[in-house]
Amino acid sequence: MANVQPILQVKDLYKRFGGLVAVDHVSLEIYPGEVVGLLGDNGAGKSTLIKMVSGAYRADSGQILLNNEAVSFSTPMEARRRGIETIYQDLALCENLDASANIFLGREKMRRQLGVFNVLDRPYMQHESRQVLEQLDIRIPELRNPIRQLSGGQRQAVSIARAVYWKAHLMIMDEPTAALGVPEQLKVLELIRTLRNQGVPVILISHNMQDVFAVADRVIVMRRGSKAGERKISETDENEVVSLMVGAEYSQVIKQLHDAPDVHITTHDEGESDSI
Amino acid sequence: MKVSDVATPDADQSRSGKLGKMALRPLDIVSKGWSWLFLIVLIIFFSITGQGFLNIYNFQTIGADMSLVLIMALGETFVILSGGIDLSVGFIMGMASVAAALVMNNLGNKYPLIVVVLAGLAAGLAVGLIPGLVNGLIIARLRVPPFIVTLGMYGMARGAGFILSGGQPVSVQTNGIGQIGNGYLLYLLPDGRFSFFQLPSNLQGVRPSQIVQLLPFPLILLVVVVLICAWLLSQTRFGRHTYAIGGSEEASRRAGIPVVRHTILIYALSALLASLAGVLYTMRFSNGAADVGDPLLIDSIAAVIIGGASLFGGEGTILGTVIGALIISIIQNGLIFLDIDPFWQFIAVGAVIILAVLVDQAKKQLVERS
Repeated sequence: MANVQPILQVKDLYKRFGGLVAVDHVSLEIYPGEVVGLLGDNGAGKSTLIKMVSGAYRADSGQILLNNEAVSFSTPMEARRRGIETIYQDLALCENLDASANIFLGREKMRRQLGVFNVLDRPYMQHESRQVLEQLDIRIPELRNPIRQLSGGQRQAVSIARAVYWKAHLMIMDEPTAALGVPEQLKVLELIRTLRNQGVPVILISHNMQDVFAVADRVIVMRRGSKAGERKISETDENEVVSLMVGAEYSQVIKQLHDAPDVHITTHDEGESDSI
Repeated sequence: MKVSDVATPDADQSRSGKLGKMALRPLDIVSKGWSWLFLIVLIIFFSITGQGFLNIYNFQTIGADMSLVLIMALGETFVILSGGIDLSVGFIMGMASVAAALVMNNLGNKYPLIVVVLAGLAAGLAVGLIPGLVNGLIIARLRVPPFIVTLGMYGMARGAGFILSGGQPVSVQTNGIGQIGNGYLLYLLPDGRFSFFQLPSNLQGVRPSQIVQLLPFPLILLVVVVLICAWLLSQTRFGRHTYAIGGSEEASRRAGIPVVRHTILIYALSALLASLAGVLYTMRFSNGAADVGDPLLIDSIAAVIIGGASLFGGEGTILGTVIGALIISIIQNGLIFLDIDPFWQFIAVGAVIILAVLVDQAKKQLVERS
C-alpha cells in the first residue's frame, strides 16, 4: 500500500459542539479499491467525522485531502461534485420516479427538440441506466416502474448505481443494510464487493459487526471522539474490535461474556447522539 | 392515520415482488383507466337520455365552457403534483379579469382591436402574476404551508379585485371584444361559401341556424394551452423536477434541484394560468368581476383529483386533469339536457370527487393485499 496514493486523507480533524468534543484530532487514510469499516458505539463520533468528509459539517480544525488536494466543503453538494457520494440509510430517492429518473435526478440529460427546446433525453437516460445497473449486476425487472414498486435492496442498489454512474471517487455508506431483510443485506454486501473490484473505495459505517467483517479490508474503530484503533480484517477478530469499541475497562467483561455472543453491550457515556 | 401511513402508502407493495406485480396488471388498468371508463359511461348515458346531447355543436359548447375551469386546473395540476395546493387561483382569476376589463375600456375604440386585446391580456397576466410570486416566495423561502399561504392570498386577491373594480363588475365597452371571445375559427354557409374568423359579409337569404360554426376560439386556446402544459410536464426538466419535488423534497434538494426557485415558478405558473382564464372570461362575457373565479376553484381542484392526482404530490398527469374537467363539464352539461334542476350539478360533482378518492384508496388496499 505504501506506494499507492490514498484517495482520501483526513489529518487531525477536530470538531466540537459547545463543550462536547465530538471528533478529537482524528486522522485516517482511504486507498483505492478498499472497503473500510468505520465502527464505534453510539456517540463515538463516527457520524460527525463522516459528515465533515461529506460536507454536512465544517471541521473546526484539521485537513481533508482528496487525491492529495486540500478540500473544504460547505455543502454536501460540493462534496458530491468532487466525487464523494454518501448513501444514506433513509435513501435519498424519489419513490414516485423510475430508476433512470432517479439516477439522473438533478442532472438530467437533455436533447434539442426542433432546434429550440431542451427536452429530456429519455432513451439516452434509460440506456445509460440499464448499462450501469448491468455493470453492477443489479437486476430490476421493469426499469420504467416507479421505484416505490422495488424492494428495499433494489432501491439501495439504485442509489449506489447513481453514485457509480456519476463517477464517485469515494463512497460513504451509512448503515446501508439497516432497513433490509437478510437476502437484501447480502445483495448490498455483494454490491460493495463489486464496487471495490471496480476500484471505488467504500467507507462502511455499520453497527453490524458481521457485515463489516464480511466485506471490509480494514476497520477503523472510534471511541469517545478519538480513533481507538485501526486493524486489517485479516489480522483481527470481533472480540478485539469490540474491546477497542468499548475500551479497556470493559474488555474484561467482554472476555467473560465471550461464551454468550448474543449479549449486546451498550454504553451511554456521551451526550452526542448519532442522529445529529 | 399515522404520519408514516401517509408518507408511504405503498410501502408494503415492495414486498410483493415479481409475482405481485404480474397479478397487478389488470388491476392497474382498471385503477388507472377508471376515469376514462367513467367518462365514456357518462357520454353514453347522456346520449341516450338527453335529447340533443350527442351533437358536435354541443361538444363544441362543452369544450368552450370548460376552457375556464380547465385552464385553471392545469396550473393547479403542477401545484398539486409538487405536493402543494393553491386556493387563491379563483380570486386571482377575478383580479385578472377586472384588470383586463379596465385596460380594454381605457384603450378601447382608440387603438386597433388587436392592441386592445394584447394590452388587456398583458395587464391581466401581470396583475395576476404578483400574488402568484408572493405565494411562491412565502411558501418556498419562509416555509409556510401552501394551504395557509394561498388561503391568505385567497382573501387578499379577493379584496384587491374588488378594490380594483370599485366593488362593481366592470362591463367592457370596447366593440369587437365579445366577438373574439365568442368567435369561431371557421364559418360554413349552406351555399358552400366559408370564411375564417368572422361571418361572411353577405348573409342575405341565409338563416342564422343554417350557418355552421366550427372550432370556437376558447376551445382552440384551450387545446393550445393543454398541449403546452402536457409538453412542459412530460418532456422538460421543469416537469421532471415538479414530479421529483412532489415525490421527495429532501431527495430533490440533495440531488441539487433548485427546490426554492422551482416552487416559486410553480406558484407563478398557477397564477399565470388563472389570470389567463380571467382574461378569457372578460373576452367571452364582455365583463370583468372580482368574484367570477370563485366558483371555479373547487371545480379546478376536483378536476385534478378526479384525474387521478394524489393530494400528497408526485402522482398525476395533464391528461388526467383534462379527463377530470371533462367529467365535471359533461355532468353539468348533461344535466341541463335532462332538464334537471341545475343545483343537482353541485351534488353530482361533489359525489364524483368522493368517488374518485374512494377508487384511489380501494386501489391502494388491493395493491397492498396482493
